Amino acid sequence: MTATTASARLVRFRRGVTLPIVLLIAWEISSRTGLVDPRFLPSLDEVALTAKRELFDNDLIGELGYSLMRNIAGFLIGSVAGVAFATLLALSRIADRLITPTFNGLKQISLLAWIPLISVWFGFGEQAKVVFVALAAFIPIVLNTYEGMRNVPADLIEVGGALRFSWRQRILRIFLPSALPSIATGVHLGLIYSWLATVGAEYFLAVGPGVGGLIIAGRERFDMALVMLGVMILGLVGFFLNRLAYALESHLLRWRPQLG
Amino acid sequence: MCNPAHFQIRKVTREFNVNGEKLTALDAVSLDIAEGEFVTIVGASGCGKSTLLRLGAGLDTTYSGRISHEGKVVTGPSLDRGMVFQEPRLFPWLTVERNVALGLENSKFTKSEKKRLVEEHLELVGLAGFARAYPHQLSGGMAQRAGIARGLVNRPNVLFLDEPFGALDAITKARLQDELNDIWARERITMVLVTHDVEEAVYLGDRVVVMSPRPGRIRDIVAVDLPRPRERTSAALARVRTRVLESLNSTESKPSVGPRLVEGERGSKSGPLRPAVALAN
Repeated sequence: MTATTASARLVRFRRGVTLPIVLLIAWEISSRTGLVDPRFLPSLDEVALTAKRELFDNDLIGELGYSLMRNIAGFLIGSVAGVAFATLLALSRIADRLITPTFNGLKQISLLAWIPLISVWFGFGEQAKVVFVALAAFIPIVLNTYEGMRNVPADLIEVGGALRFSWRQRILRIFLPSALPSIATGVHLGLIYSWLATVGAEYFLAVGPGVGGLIIAGRERFDMALVMLGVMILGLVGFFLNRLAYALESHLLRWRPQLG
Repeated sequence: MCNPAHFQIRKVTREFNVNGEKLTALDAVSLDIAEGEFVTIVGASGCGKSTLLRLGAGLDTTYSGRISHEGKVVTGPSLDRGMVFQEPRLFPWLTVERNVALGLENSKFTKSEKKRLVEEHLELVGLAGFARAYPHQLSGGMAQRAGIARGLVNRPNVLFLDEPFGALDAITKARLQDELNDIWARERITMVLVTHDVEEAVYLGDRVVVMSPRPGRIRDIVAVDLPRPRERTSAALARVRTRVLESLNSTESKPSVGPRLVEGERGSKSGPLRPAVALAN
C-alpha cells in the first residue's frame, strides 16, 4: 500500500518536473545556438553566475528576507482582519445590511487602483507596502470566510441552541470550525495574492530593499540575468507558499473524509 | 411516577404561516408526563408530533398555551432537557468523545468529572473503543449512539428523541431500541420519543400518544401495561399494536374504510383528550 503510493508519488513528481526541465533545456539551447540575442535572454550559466554573485557578494538572502517579511506581515494583518470582518458581516444582520453592499462594490476596484490612495495616506515607505499587501490578502479571505459562515448547517446551529451555547461558544465551536474549509480556501488565495502584491508594492511604491527592487535594478542596468534571477526567485517562492498552504489546509481539515 | 405535574403541556396551539396561509400544526394539545415515564408519540407525517417535541424541548417558543417542566414555564432550551435528533448531528470536525463532551460545555461539572462522564456515557452506548474516531468513520448506528450519548451526558431530567432510529436499518434499529430501553431502565430519565413506527412506539412506551393530522391533535393515548423487557413477538404486545393501529387508521380522513376491530377489543373512537386506557397484560 505505502509502496504503491510512494511510487505513484514519484511518477507524479517526474511528470510535474518534465515541463520545467524541457523549458530549461530549450532556453539553454536557444541561447547557446544564438537563436535569440543573449542580451535579451541570457544563458543559464550566466544566470547561475549572477545568482552566485548576488548570493555571496551582494545580499540576495537579505533582499528576499525583506520581501518575505513584508509579505508575512501584510498577510497576517489582512487575514486576521479579514476573518474578523467577515465573521461580523455573516453573524450580524445589521452589519451585513449596512456594510456588505458597499464592500461588494469596493472589491471590484482593481488592487492597483488603490496604490495612489495608499501612497498618499501611508507614504511610500514600508508602512504603505504592508498596507497594500494586507489589502490584497484581506479581500479573498473576507469573501470566502463570509461564504463559509453563511453556509453553516442550521442543524448544527440548533444543536448549539439546545446545548445553550453562548455567542462566544457558537462562534468558536460552530461557526469558525464549520467555515474552516472556506476560510482555508480564502487563506490560500490570500497567501498567493499577498505575494503578488508584495512584488507589486516593490514595483509601484518607492524602491527599497526586496526582490522587486532587484528586478528593477536589473532592468535599469540592462542586466537581464539579474531580471531572470529575480523572476525565478519570485516563481519559486510563490510555488513554495502554495505548497505550504496545501499542507496547512490538509492538516487543518484532516477531519474531512476526502482529505484523509 | 409520583409527581403527575412533572411535565405539563396545556392547550398548546402552534400555527405556521405557509405562503401567507395559516396552517395549524398543533391544535390545543394537552399532555401530562410523569417523572421517569417513557412516552412515545406516533402519528402520520404532518400530525405535528415533531413540532410538539420541539416545543417541549424549548427549541421553538412561538406557541400559545402553556408548557411547564417541574412547575417552571418552558421559555427556551435548558440543560435539564436533552435532545436527540433524527440525524445524529455530530460536529464533523470533532472526535466522538469531544462531540459527546459538547453536552457538558455549559454544565457545572469539574474537568475531571466531565472526562469521567464522557467516558461513562461512551461506555453506556457501546462506543468506548471509538472515542477518538471522527464522525465520518462511524456507521449510521454508531453515529446515532454518539448523538444519544451527547443528549444523555449532562444527566437531563427529560430526554426528547425525535425519530432517532428513523434512518437506520431494521437490525441496527432493533438493537438500539433495546439499548435505549436498558438505558431508560437503568437511569430512570423521563423519555419522550417521537416515531412513525408503531412497533417501536409500543415496544418502548409506557404510554403511546396517537396523533392525528390537520390540525395536529392527540387522538388517543394507549397505555402499555406490559412488563419489561418486553418480547417483540408476544401476543399481548401485538394486541396493543393493533389497538394503536386502529386508532391511527381512524385518524385518516377516509371514512369509507370501516373500523377493523380485533376480538376482545372495544371500538375506541375517542376524543382528543381521551384518558389513558390500560390494556390487560
